[in-house]
Amino acid sequence: MPLQIDGLVKRFGTGADAREVVRGIDLHLVPGECFALLGPNGAGKTTTLRCALGLTGASGGSIRLCGEPVPERAREARARVGVVPQLDSLDPDFTCAENLLIFAGYFGIPERDIRPRVPELLAFAGLEGKENARIQSLSGGMKRRLTLARALVNKPDLLILDEPTTGLDPQARHLIWERLRRLTAEGTTILLTTHFMDEAERLANRLAILDGGRILTQGSPREVIAEHIEPQVVEVFGEWNGGGTGAAAWAAEHAASLSKRCEISGETAFCYTDDAAPLLAHLAHQPGLRTLHRPANLEDVFLKLTGRELRD
Amino acid sequence: MPSIFAPPRLSSRLLAVWRRNFLVWKKLALPSIVGNLADPVIYMLGLGYGLGMLVPEVEGVSYIAFLAGGTLCYSTMNAATFEALYSGFSRMHVQKTWEAIMNAPVALDDIVAAELVWAASKATLAGTAILGVIAAFGFAASPLALAAIPVVFLTGLCFAALGLIMTALAPSYDFFMYYFTLFITPMTMLSGVFFPQSQLPDAVLGVANQLPLAHAVALVRPLLLGQMPQQIGFHLAVLALITVLAFWLALALTRRRLLN
Repeated sequence: MPLQIDGLVKRFGTGADAREVVRGIDLHLVPGECFALLGPNGAGKTTTLRCALGLTGASGGSIRLCGEPVPERAREARARVGVVPQLDSLDPDFTCAENLLIFAGYFGIPERDIRPRVPELLAFAGLEGKENARIQSLSGGMKRRLTLARALVNKPDLLILDEPTTGLDPQARHLIWERLRRLTAEGTTILLTTHFMDEAERLANRLAILDGGRILTQGSPREVIAEHIEPQVVEVFGEWNGGGTGAAAWAAEHAASLSKRCEISGETAFCYTDDAAPLLAHLAHQPGLRTLHRPANLEDVFLKLTGRELRD
Repeated sequence: MPSIFAPPRLSSRLLAVWRRNFLVWKKLALPSIVGNLADPVIYMLGLGYGLGMLVPEVEGVSYIAFLAGGTLCYSTMNAATFEALYSGFSRMHVQKTWEAIMNAPVALDDIVAAELVWAASKATLAGTAILGVIAAFGFAASPLALAAIPVVFLTGLCFAALGLIMTALAPSYDFFMYYFTLFITPMTMLSGVFFPQSQLPDAVLGVANQLPLAHAVALVRPLLLGQMPQQIGFHLAVLALITVLAFWLALALTRRRLLN
């Protein structure tokens, strides 16, 4: 099994100042799957990854990474894992090719073995011909792709990516997604964290939603949506002529009878229902209100489970 | 996780980390050597010949011959200290180089040990170049002067280890100014680099004798003058002991900073 985490607990500080950031997480990854950890900022995603890699000690629970107990044999386990960290950590003193060669050295891979693979790794990252380019000359998307190539120097069984597409433009995100799909098709197991729901919905075979250091739900994207939320969503916003000022006033009067559940966020009412037809028929006669009718998605589940308040 | 004060667990992968730093240095080797060389050589020649006119002899030799050994030691100290502080902090904090390396099968212990040995290596490269200049001016005529090179390496290790403590504690580059003004500069004045320690008041001498730079000077100066130093074992042991203790503390503080 690529990664097996049972009852993981992580506390920072001691005594009265102790903060429990991870509060009993179980994760069992199946070989060849792509598993996404979703959660708002501070949910415990990165801490879980750091514990899994043996970069920080767990306060409780057990971890096996690529079959090795962590932290006892974390070094041996990491030899079979590739990591794309959240922040850029490419070596600015080296060219693209040198970054790959030097990094392979940390795995004890001799230069004669890695040098022939450099063009192939750069091509995989869409960086053909950039062997001698300096890191400072690369765009954000190119740096992230080079970091992905760097994570593959040891042909890992498990690839861990911490927010791989944060800060990238849509073209760069799609290229990363396409490459990750290619890797899973070739049998690499992937564990990624993200707060982009569409990313998780597109890539993940299974996912877990974390908040406050706990897993709130896990399963395939479809299972999670079906389990937690009504299939149809109608977003209502704009001016209402029936008294009051906007969608909130409208919702207070009508939402309960026309939808199973309704949430107000700012100026918008989110109405969840199994059958949107009666609601849409009603709304057709409310000229000031505007509507958006769509199927429920992972973001609706996420917001239902983790709330709509800002997290910083 | 074991205690932060657990003894280091090292692997041969530290060589890969050392090599990474060496390869960066190699790209800029010439400017780096010249940078490390120019300042001490200018001081040595300027003070040595300028002040030497007024001070005909110090401890039985010309002032510039006296100054040569001190110059080699304090420039070694500076090279090791700068590398462990500024370059080490860049790699640890700014560039996240250590973080990237730790995702590979390399432990933090390996990285900190590699930084220690690398800073000492760089100081030795610079020190050897300075020794070359000193020899070219005729102030290291005896073959004994070659024995100064391993002492320079040990001095580099000692100051790299002390510097890594500061790096582990530093919130930003500005922090290092305290280390220079409160520790490095006074030590340079008290360790017999520019004038014999015998000129110091007795109350100060007791402390000054304990300083790591003073032990380095006590070894290097006689070697350059072609004499066997006195109490070789004692001076070497003190430098080695400070290195071990400082490295142990630096490692503990770095573990606390990065692994918690």
